[in-house]
Amino acid sequence: MDKKAILEKFPRSPDVLLALLHELQRANPQNYLTPEDLALAAEYLNLPLSRVRDAVTFYTMFSLRPRGKHVIRVCDSPNCHLFGAWSVVEELKKLLGIEIGETTPDGLFTLELTSCLGACGVAPVMMVDDEVFGNLTPERVREILARLKEEG
Amino acid sequence: MRRLSVLLCSGSACQSAGALALKQALVEAITAEGLTEEVQIVETGCMGPCELGPILLVYPDGVYYVRVKPSDVQEIVREHFLKGRPVRRLLWTAPAPEPRTIPFFARQKKVVLENCGQIDPEKIEEYIAVGGYEALAKVLTQMTPEEVISEISRSGLRGRGGAGFPTGKKWQAVREAKGNPKYVICNGDEGDPGAFMDRAILEGDPHSVLEGMAIAAYAVGAEKGYIYVRAEYPLAVKRLEVAIAQARKLGLLGTRIFDTDFSFDVELRIGAGAFVCGEETALIASIEGKRGEPRPRPPYPATSGLFGKPTLINNVETFANVRHIILKGADWFSQMGTATSKGTKVFALAGQVKNTGLVEVPMGITLRELIFEVGGGVPEGRKFKAVQIGGPSGGCLPESLLDVPIDYESLKQYGAIMGSGGVIVLDDTSCMVNVAKFFLEFTADESCGQCVPCRVGLRMMLGILERIVRGEGSEEDLSRLEELGKIIQTTSLCGLGQTAPNPVLSTLRYFREEYLAHIHDKACPAGVCPDLIHYEIIPEACRACDLCRRACPTGAAQGTPRNPPYRIVQELCIRCGACLEACPFGAVVKVPGRKG
Repeated sequence: MDKKAILEKFPRSPDVLLALLHELQRANPQNYLTPEDLALAAEYLNLPLSRVRDAVTFYTMFSLRPRGKHVIRVCDSPNCHLFGAWSVVEELKKLLGIEIGETTPDGLFTLELTSCLGACGVAPVMMVDDEVFGNLTPERVREILARLKEEG
Repeated sequence: MRRLSVLLCSGSACQSAGALALKQALVEAITAEGLTEEVQIVETGCMGPCELGPILLVYPDGVYYVRVKPSDVQEIVREHFLKGRPVRRLLWTAPAPEPRTIPFFARQKKVVLENCGQIDPEKIEEYIAVGGYEALAKVLTQMTPEEVISEISRSGLRGRGGAGFPTGKKWQAVREAKGNPKYVICNGDEGDPGAFMDRAILEGDPHSVLEGMAIAAYAVGAEKGYIYVRAEYPLAVKRLEVAIAQARKLGLLGTRIFDTDFSFDVELRIGAGAFVCGEETALIASIEGKRGEPRPRPPYPATSGLFGKPTLINNVETFANVRHIILKGADWFSQMGTATSKGTKVFALAGQVKNTGLVEVPMGITLRELIFEVGGGVPEGRKFKAVQIGGPSGGCLPESLLDVPIDYESLKQYGAIMGSGGVIVLDDTSCMVNVAKFFLEFTADESCGQCVPCRVGLRMMLGILERIVRGEGSEEDLSRLEELGKIIQTTSLCGLGQTAPNPVLSTLRYFREEYLAHIHDKACPAGVCPDLIHYEIIPEACRACDLCRRACPTGAAQGTPRNPPYRIVQELCIRCGACLEACPFGAVVKVPGRKG
C-alpha cells in the first residue's frame, strides 16, 4: 500500500500517532521507519518533527534502522530465563550468525529480546513477527527457522 | 444439536504449542470420517493448564486430552468419536463430566474466567447465550448511575491491576468530577513478567471486558472508551477487533444502546513496547500519541486524565468482574474473600511448579494452598525455596510465610504485593541474589529516565548487586542497598520506581544468609552465580570415558582415556558447565564456592 493511502486511513488527530507509525513501519519491507516516514507523519498530523521522533525513540518496537523481513523476539523475562531462554538465544545466534540487535546479511532475520510475552506456561517463548512459539528447545528452534527460511 | 462438542483451547500458549495445526488435522479427520454433522469443533480461550497444551475438551463426556499432536488426531477420531472409546494414553485425568473433581480445578472458583475455555470468543452469540450483555441491559433499564456505583462500592471490588484502589470510589470520583466529555479507559498493558491473566481474558472472553466498560461508562457519564493493549499481544488485539465489530453490529456499542439514551463506543489502541505504559498517567500519555512518561499525581486522572478530561481507568480483570456483581449482587461478591479483599483473583502460576497456567481462587486462600494444592507443588526431587509474587514490583516470600492469606494487606505487610497476580515458584536451584538482580535489571532497563531516584538509584543498586555476585561485595553493601531502596521507594515519581526495590529488599529480609554466603564465603549456595562456583570430578565415579575432555572448550578437563580419574584444572576452567552436561556417570559435580 502506498504511504498516502496509509495516511488517509487515519483522522488528522495527534493521538493516532502510534497507530500510524505502526502501519508505516509494517508497510516497509525492511520493518523500520525511514526519515521520510517520520516527516510524512509529522506533516499529516501537523506535529513538529521533533515530537514524532521523540515518540519513536521512546518505544522499543519502532526501529530507525533497517531490519530483517522477520523480526525474532526472544522473551528474556524471569520465567523464560529459568526455563532456558538463554540456550534458545545461543542457538539462534549460532544458526543466524548474528548477535542480538543485528540483521542477517540476506536481510531475512533480525534478532531481538523482548519483555514478557505472557505465555509463561509454555516457557521459553519467542515471537516471530506476530506468531508466538512456546516450549522451545534448540531442536525446535532449528525446525522453526528451517520452515521460515523455506517460506522466504 | 451435534452429538459431540470438541473444545480446542486456542489461547496464546496453546497456539504457540501447535493448536492451529491440531485444528487443521481435526477438521480433516472429521471430514474424512463423515462426522461433520455430528461433531462440532469450538475454538475457545485459555482453559488454564497451559503447560499441558494443546488441549482438547470433549463434551458431553468431559474428556480432557492433553499435549495432543496432529498425529494423534486420527486415533482420537476413530476410537473416541466413532466408537466411543476415549484414547487412554492422551487423557489428562479420568473423564470428568464435572471438572471440579480434577485437583487442578477443585480449589478454584471461576468468576472472571467462567467463560474462558468454554465459549468461542469470536462469536458474540455464544457470549450472549451464557448471559452476556444481560448486566448491561439491567443497568440501562432498571438502575440509575448512582445505584450502579453503590452496588460496585458495596461489593468491595478493588482494582486488579496492582494497587488495589476501591473501584466504587474511583467511579464515584469520576462521576462527581467536573468537565466534559468524560472517558473510560481499559488498561490492557499487562507488562509484568509472569502475569498473563489479562491476555487470557482479552483472548478468551473479550465481551466481558467491553460489557464492564459500558456499565462503567453509564455509571460515570462517559460516551467514549479506549482499550489500550500491548503490541506484544497480537491475538488479543485481533479478538478485540472482532468483538468490537460484532458488538457494534448488534447495537451493543454505539448510539442509543437497548433503545435508551445511553451511547457508548470503544476504540482500540495498541502500545509499542514500553513497560512503564502500564502506569496510568503514562498510559494516558501514550493514548494521546506521546512518549509514555508518567507525570506527578495529583491531579488524578479522575479529575484530569485523557486530553485533560475526567477519566476512569481500570484494569482488564477489574472490568471483567463488573457484570457478575451487577447480575449476582454485591452481597454474593463480598461473601468471597477476606475482610478487606473481596471476590476472587486470577493468578498466573509459573516457574518450578507442577501445574503451570492460569488459576482463579477466592481471595484469602493461603500461598501454600495456591502453590501446593492448585499448583501441585514443586516437581519431584526438588525443594521449594521461595515464591515471587507481584512481578518486578513484588517480593520473594520464603517457606515460613506460606500460610499467609493472599489479600492486598497481608502481602504488603510482608514485603510483597498482589500486583497483577504473577506467581513464580522458585526451588532450591534458584539463587535469590541472582533473582533479585534479574528483576532489578528489568526495572532499571524499563525506567523511563525522567526522575533521578529511579534512573540513577536503580543503576546504583544494580552495580552493588553485580559486585556481590562476582564475590566482591562487603557487608556494608547490604545496608547501602537497604538505604538506597528506601530512598527510591519514597522519592520516585511513579509506581515503577516506588516498587522496583521490592525484590531486593524482600530477599534481603528473608534470604540474607544467601547474600552473606556470596560476600563472606565467596560461594553461591544454589550454584548459579558463575564466579562463585567451581566444578570437580568425583574420582570414584569417573570411568575415564573422555567425554568431558572433548566437551571442554578451554582444555581444563584433563585425563587419559581408560585411566581414571580425570581432573579439572581450576586455573583454566571458565565454569561453563559443558563437562557436567557431557558426563554420563554423574562424576562431574558443581560445588558452591570459588575454585579449589
